[in-house]
Amino acid sequence: MAGSAEYTGVDFYDVDGLLSEEERAVRDTVRSWVDEQLMPVIGECYIEGRFPRQLIPGMAELGLFGANLPEEYGCAGLNNVAYGLIMQELERGDSGIRSFASVQGALVMYPIFTFGSDEQKKHWLPRLAAGTDIGCFGLTEPDFGSNPGGMITTARETADGWLLNGVKMWITNGSQATVAIIWAKTGDINDVNSIRGFIVPASTPGYTGKDQKGKLSLRASDTSEIHLQDVHLPKNAILPKSGGIKSPLMCLTQARYGIAWGAVGAAMACYDEARRYAISRIMFGKPIGQTQIQQQRLADMLTEVTKAQLLVLQLGRLKDQGKATPARVSLAKRNNVSAACDIAREARRLLGANGILVEYHSMRHLANLESVYTYEGTHDMHSLILGQEITGLGAF
Amino acid sequence: MANVLAVLEVRNAVLRKGAAELLAAARRIADASGGTVDALICSVGPVSGSDGLGAAGADRVLTAQHAVFANYCPDGMAATVATLTNAYRAVVVAATATGKDLAPRIAARIGAPCAMDVTVVDSRGESIRVVRPVYAGKALQTVDLAGTAVVAVRPGAYAAVPAGKAGTPAVVTVPAFTKRLDVTGIRTSDKAALDVAEARVVISGGRGLGDPKHFALLEELAAAFGGEAAVGASRAVVDAGWAEHGAQVGQTGKTVSPELYIAVGISGAIQHLAGMRTAKVIVAINRDKDAPIFKIADYGIVGDLFEVVPALTAAVRVAKAH
Amino acid sequence: MKIAVCLRRVPDTTAKIVIAGSGTVIDETGVKFVPNPYDEYAIEAALSLKEKAGGGETVVVALGGDAVQETMRTALAMGIDRGVHLHGTPSPDGLENARVLAEHLRGAGYDVMLFGKFAVDDCGQQTGAMVAELLELPCATAVTKLDIAAGRATVEREVEGGIEQAACALPAVFTCDKGLNNPRLPSLKGIMAAKKKPLEVTPVAPGAGSVTVAALALPPERAAGRIVGEGAAAVPALMQLLTTEAKVI
Repeated sequence: MAGSAEYTGVDFYDVDGLLSEEERAVRDTVRSWVDEQLMPVIGECYIEGRFPRQLIPGMAELGLFGANLPEEYGCAGLNNVAYGLIMQELERGDSGIRSFASVQGALVMYPIFTFGSDEQKKHWLPRLAAGTDIGCFGLTEPDFGSNPGGMITTARETADGWLLNGVKMWITNGSQATVAIIWAKTGDINDVNSIRGFIVPASTPGYTGKDQKGKLSLRASDTSEIHLQDVHLPKNAILPKSGGIKSPLMCLTQARYGIAWGAVGAAMACYDEARRYAISRIMFGKPIGQTQIQQQRLADMLTEVTKAQLLVLQLGRLKDQGKATPARVSLAKRNNVSAACDIAREARRLLGANGILVEYHSMRHLANLESVYTYEGTHDMHSLILGQEITGLGAF
Repeated sequence: MANVLAVLEVRNAVLRKGAAELLAAARRIADASGGTVDALICSVGPVSGSDGLGAAGADRVLTAQHAVFANYCPDGMAATVATLTNAYRAVVVAATATGKDLAPRIAARIGAPCAMDVTVVDSRGESIRVVRPVYAGKALQTVDLAGTAVVAVRPGAYAAVPAGKAGTPAVVTVPAFTKRLDVTGIRTSDKAALDVAEARVVISGGRGLGDPKHFALLEELAAAFGGEAAVGASRAVVDAGWAEHGAQVGQTGKTVSPELYIAVGISGAIQHLAGMRTAKVIVAINRDKDAPIFKIADYGIVGDLFEVVPALTAAVRVAKAH
Repeated sequence: MKIAVCLRRVPDTTAKIVIAGSGTVIDETGVKFVPNPYDEYAIEAALSLKEKAGGGETVVVALGGDAVQETMRTALAMGIDRGVHLHGTPSPDGLENARVLAEHLRGAGYDVMLFGKFAVDDCGQQTGAMVAELLELPCATAVTKLDIAAGRATVEREVEGGIEQAACALPAVFTCDKGLNNPRLPSLKGIMAAKKKPLEVTPVAPGAGSVTVAALALPPERAAGRIVGEGAAAVPALMQLLTTEAKVI
């Protein structure tokens, strides 16, 4: 049966030897949690198009939300490599679960931590770390995906606060969030420098989130539309240190960093499944792994997994030194997600007809990774970011 | 000369099964050097099932009687054995739940080494040589024990051998001892009258059963064997709460060596194989013909367990009726 | 309540066993080591006993070389308060190791001393009971239920065909079986806190004892079996084989 053999990771280049004891311990604890809590339910959730909400308290108890933020806010205070390993292990289970944690940590807790007032930080971060509040990040709009600076959501200053109007789309956790970070223009509609972040409790009148239906990817994750119709907010709802399009882009860099790691996890899962299958599946009287075509598949997969692992590890070390520039993060997101897509597809094919069943994992990963390829800066946008970095010439 | 003391197990004034097998193991050590084998029974009064111990290999049958032996009393038994051990090269017990509890207590009291779950015993010069599974059966360790040794012999490792010894009765005195642990009784579990570790036939179920209620199919097959079969389970289904942990076969469960092991809907994870690979005959029933279990099964049936198991149950009933 | 947990470092249960060149030990190359699974029940029992008592101290005690400290930190990450590393090479004779542990535990004021039922490497299944004997303390092995109230423990343990019930006074030694509890995972905060918890190192030298490992070998491969057939139609053929060839029915 698929998945009955215990997952032990993929480590061809002794990357473990480059990790500290704490980093390995973090990785192991999340891996065990995924094995024990997520793997038994993920197939069913995926088929039913349901986020496994019951797992949130356990995730919070382990400290998975905003784990690289300081302990004074109820977070674990991990370095960025350990944080990346969490994302890797969660996405080994499912991209949707990793997305949930990415949004909560990198797109909700991080902006509050970075742009928020002391009061906002003290109020919101411990609650988000504990999972008693669930956050979402409202940047993308129906007509402004890759170009968020074009957004038309507005925040008008009133006598006693702010009035928000607009529509946000493709919002992970949008319908189950209790609080949203909404980005809106406070000035002229063409002024990207007037973009500011707002903390919007989902209970605020005029705020509605509804699930987007018909997804064939990230089915175990909530993706939503958020409507903001005359949403009144108090003055202190604004993130005081946010300013301009740069602020949400900083958040995206955090999230993309986690995605680069997460993709490695999905790729490891698919490679591992393919390898096990190749040596146990008998066809023409011998394991299919004893054929040149499958060996080449596996050799390619392992090579790409190993490269991706080394890439994110060095990126993590750079991030801990404050040297993970947006372009460096783009390179890792672009490479690793693309590689993971290829690995998932090849694994799916190696698995033959069995590969289309939910009992195996590669096709679920493959379908998920198509979203991951597209969100947080599409693959092509990262090509342009790198192109600009290389040439100094913008081609957007 | 290697004299051996075999400490037998009694529950509710009845000798537990496995005594003759344990005596056979004891004789193996003793006979190599012309030694004798004594059996020890700790009980309140007479014990049924103890008549044939001479025939099974006991030169003498020692009885230690004390009111405290109404229940298992490890402190009293260890203290009693400790007064006797000067005369013996080895103390053997069956590696049952009770035997495994008792053996290290005796060993610590008399300052002797203890070997658990032994599958082969031999006398080797001044040492006792034993073979025992380690890494839950993934490897076999051969160990030499110098001086007096305490050895727990795995049930099923030795078959009873008629030895025609005298079985001369003798009485030993229970010394003064402190009863530190008070065993108050045994609650018989309504379901498993027979434990997987001591059953002649074990029928184990895995995820392939699909639902905990389908264990009933295995219960029926076990019942067809007429009280000599127990139902076991893989770790996956025990962890999922489908079966009690006492039924788990494998590395973090029980290691079993039945004569017949029937694996139903079990793929054969390495930890599971470690727990049952020493079964005499292994039968696997699985719908996936590539399942690893078929690699170590003597006989396999590829197919839907919901068809195969009832058919097998009916066939066993017929065979048993003859 | 002061509680000790004695911990062993063992190869992961999924590890493939390869015999080293010496022929008496395993080749540890590439083998991942973990806390002994049964010891995790002991750790969980210690933590929940302390939580229930509303106070006290939990201490993890481990005998072994440098590498055992990483395993001990897993226990600290799960919530154990501090560690005592008895630094030395364990003896193949379990009694010698029990003597070293007993020496440390003696007079240290522990109310409860917990062990795993056995370590999944050497499967010795003796240390806990031996330590209890050496300390002249009550001991219940392989417990699946452990309740402590008013200085007394009541336990249950599985025996063939039933559940044995027993009771004893504290201090006492217990070895823990699967079923006792569900061990928690170390939380990320716990992992970060673990490296700041005290871990005292005491050199020890277990005696050679009376046990010599003569050989370690892989079990003989089972002869390749055969597929009797498909579906219920294969049952008569299987029955024939079981009755006449294998003679087990």
